[in-house]
Amino acid sequence: MTEFLYAVEVMINGLMAGVLYALVALGFVLIFKASGIFNYAQGVLALFAALTLVGLQEGQIPFAHLINAMFGTELHHFGWHLPALLAILLTVGVMILLAIAIERFILKHLVNQEPIILFMATIGLAYFLEGLGDIMWGSEIKTLDVGLPQGGSFWIEEKTAVLGGDGFYGFFIDKLDIVAALVAAVLVIGLTVFSQYSKQGRALRAVADDHQAALSVGISLRFIWVLVWSIAGFVALVAGIMWGAKSGVQFSLSLIALKALPVLMLGGFTSIPGAIVGGLIIGVGEKLFEFTVSSSWFGDAFGFTMSATENWFAYVLALIFLVFRPQGLFGEKIIERV
Amino acid sequence: MNMVSYEPYVTEDGRTIGDAVMELRNITLRFGGVVAIKDISFDIREGEIRAIIGPNGAGKSSMLNVISGFYTPTEGEVWFEGGKRPPMRPYQVARQGIARTFQNIALFSGMSTLDNIMTGRITRMKSSLAAQALWWGRAQREETEHREAVEKIIDFLEIQHIRKTPVGRLPYGLQKRVELGRALAAEPRLLLLDEPMAGMNVEEKEDMSRFILDVNDEFGTTIVLIEHDMGVVMDLSDRVVVMDYGKKIGDGPPDEVRRNQDVIDAYLGVSHD
Repeated sequence: MTEFLYAVEVMINGLMAGVLYALVALGFVLIFKASGIFNYAQGVLALFAALTLVGLQEGQIPFAHLINAMFGTELHHFGWHLPALLAILLTVGVMILLAIAIERFILKHLVNQEPIILFMATIGLAYFLEGLGDIMWGSEIKTLDVGLPQGGSFWIEEKTAVLGGDGFYGFFIDKLDIVAALVAAVLVIGLTVFSQYSKQGRALRAVADDHQAALSVGISLRFIWVLVWSIAGFVALVAGIMWGAKSGVQFSLSLIALKALPVLMLGGFTSIPGAIVGGLIIGVGEKLFEFTVSSSWFGDAFGFTMSATENWFAYVLALIFLVFRPQGLFGEKIIERV
Repeated sequence: MNMVSYEPYVTEDGRTIGDAVMELRNITLRFGGVVAIKDISFDIREGEIRAIIGPNGAGKSSMLNVISGFYTPTEGEVWFEGGKRPPMRPYQVARQGIARTFQNIALFSGMSTLDNIMTGRITRMKSSLAAQALWWGRAQREETEHREAVEKIIDFLEIQHIRKTPVGRLPYGLQKRVELGRALAAEPRLLLLDEPMAGMNVEEKEDMSRFILDVNDEFGTTIVLIEHDMGVVMDLSDRVVVMDYGKKIGDGPPDEVRRNQDVIDAYLGVSHD
């Protein structure tokens, strides 16, 4: 019985971790849908957003290290501390400027190029942004505090403790994870409503579907690309805040982008709900798998146990999916008429 | 310089053709060493159905792409509604009121018929991004107005039964009709149709011909039409431009063009016996 309850707890925590994967995957899907570009830089975008947010909030002087090295000054902070909401709004502004710059300096020059060229460009962008983030804000691990609730929820622990026997102390669920889940839900509903019912949303879907036709009804591709990258930047910021609040803003944050890959293979590259469901499946799957194969009864039954399966489980799952359902759970099935 | 003024004339079926909406002056289009269009001039007058015909590779589609801004002419001027048009991107041309369809249907295949036709009205929607995103009153009112306009077009084209169907699943003839609907939704000053009847069976061709005539008749829309099928062109159009190897070899009412020896040669080949 207690084992079962632990499994349930593991599953719930898996769901919560999955939400974070889903948030990153969401950014990928948005850009992929609208422009057919697999944006390798999405993870770095989240990192850059989080760095900028912390930097602005703490009043860090951008490029301080560089300026100090060049002019022998001792600059580091402006000496202010911005309210979280203001800092977030400013960061959104920075992400929009970044989107405009990306369109102006990269995408504009690569119109009608092969997807692989655009993909390479986003790899370049990823390294550029990582470097820029480093020079602007420094490479040390920063704590991000925008006032989100942290730590396990005692309320849930108390209420659920009665489910099990003496050895069971209730479910341990991080409040931050609950917030992340709620934010993700709001984000997905918002994006869906926006893309289904607004003029720009309709234009966005049109561009995703056929560039020529979109032009012929008066849609400016450049505007749409700025819009899409702004939204992707915003989603990256949300993901950056959640991950940053959980484990500090550090450069390994950009590596979570890699976890989004199996999520996308599972959910399909073109589906917003797919990104969410894919994220949840990966989150739950890897936690449950780890829980199972490292448990004592698994050891008793098979004579060995495994650990650190979280590193590879998602990729193996994605591989299996690729074999049986290459378009993912929700992706558009590609059927060529001959 | 102003647009050339014409005596209005009345067509056989009683429509009045007015001044020039568009004038193409000495248009030349080169791709590297290939000359697609060689020094062509003609005009399109208010309310008429103007056809561009010619054998394969004559440069008809290139001409249409010049008009719709997909190509910028190497030389020559495009005059639209009394003013010389500066080089423009296709979406800017669309916003000026020039709508088009494509030879190989370019629809948003994942969207429903209704949504496809709604995109045709994008240039007419005014609400700001913020208002749209937050779904405030004005945006909502606008959406309703545009929906009404779109429903009218759906009724007009007799495609009520496929309103909610994703257009990718529709048969070819219906897809062509939806594409026409999307172009109509913009309430264009000038409607460009690139081979609207290509690949259709006889029945579908008759339907499409009827719709084109009705659009011209009921909405007074000025139409430029590219077509292969001589019979269709002669029935539909008020005036015809004939192109061959990028040059204009004929221009006038269908009957006159039909008797033009150059046109006959271009279409049937010159016999040497």
